[in-house]
Amino acid sequence: MELADVVRLLEAEVLVSATDMSVKITAAGAADLISDVLAFVRERTLLLTGLTNVQVVTAADLVELTGIVFVRGKKPGRDVLEMAKSRGLPVLRTHLHMYEACGILYQAGLRSSQVGQDDNNDHR
Amino acid sequence: MIIANSYDVTLSVAGHDFVTAGEAASQIKRTLETLNLPPKLVRRASICAYEAEMNIIIHACRGQMGLRVTEDKVAIVAHDEGPGIANLDRAMEEGYSTASEEIREMGFGAGMGLPNMKKCADKLSIKTKVNEGTRVEIIIYLPTSEG
Repeated sequence: MELADVVRLLEAEVLVSATDMSVKITAAGAADLISDVLAFVRERTLLLTGLTNVQVVTAADLVELTGIVFVRGKKPGRDVLEMAKSRGLPVLRTHLHMYEACGILYQAGLRSSQVGQDDNNDHR
Repeated sequence: MIIANSYDVTLSVAGHDFVTAGEAASQIKRTLETLNLPPKLVRRASICAYEAEMNIIIHACRGQMGLRVTEDKVAIVAHDEGPGIANLDRAMEEGYSTASEEIREMGFGAGMGLPNMKKCADKLSIKTKVNEGTRVEIIIYLPTSEG
């Protein structure tokens, strides 16, 4: 699935555009807690969240997510969008609720990004 | 694989400053990237650094983060002046948190900070004293030349 497909499926507004909207999205995850993003989400993942503060951008950048989708029509502040832009992180906004947005993407074939038991510590 | 003989960075972290929260971790990540360490290792170290930094911001008055990369390991030390951890065993449990409601509304206080660090680190040592502060040391070993 491409980022442009996500925009279409979620009837989303593009708040920060990607350099290439045809960038491939291979997995998605949903979380409203920063630590959950860090614990359960793989790199190159699309994050669906109801959190709209700058910390979500910092965390997303840190674990190299592909982009952020704000659900329930939540509008982040300008500082959030500016930070996302400076870090090259595309940001979308959908009026859909979290459950529905996840369901639509899942039905369209986009699967979960949750890391397995050993994904972050498979060095052992 | 010899990455770097030694690379030291020390960063100050201000307690309760949520605006610049994550900057120390971002800088640690960038430093590790410039050393061309394996991406997976950088990711694990970044997660540890971020969780440690957020613990200082959420709970402490002030603190410092240090990074040292030697030929066999990455060491991240987070040291703070703060309330300390009254019950370390409980703090290591997933979901246990003493963060306030206000902090939780910002998306923190999931009770996953120390468990996340433990999961991503090869070695995690915590020294804490109530009403004085906490010192967290995270060690991640670099792959050997044979590996």
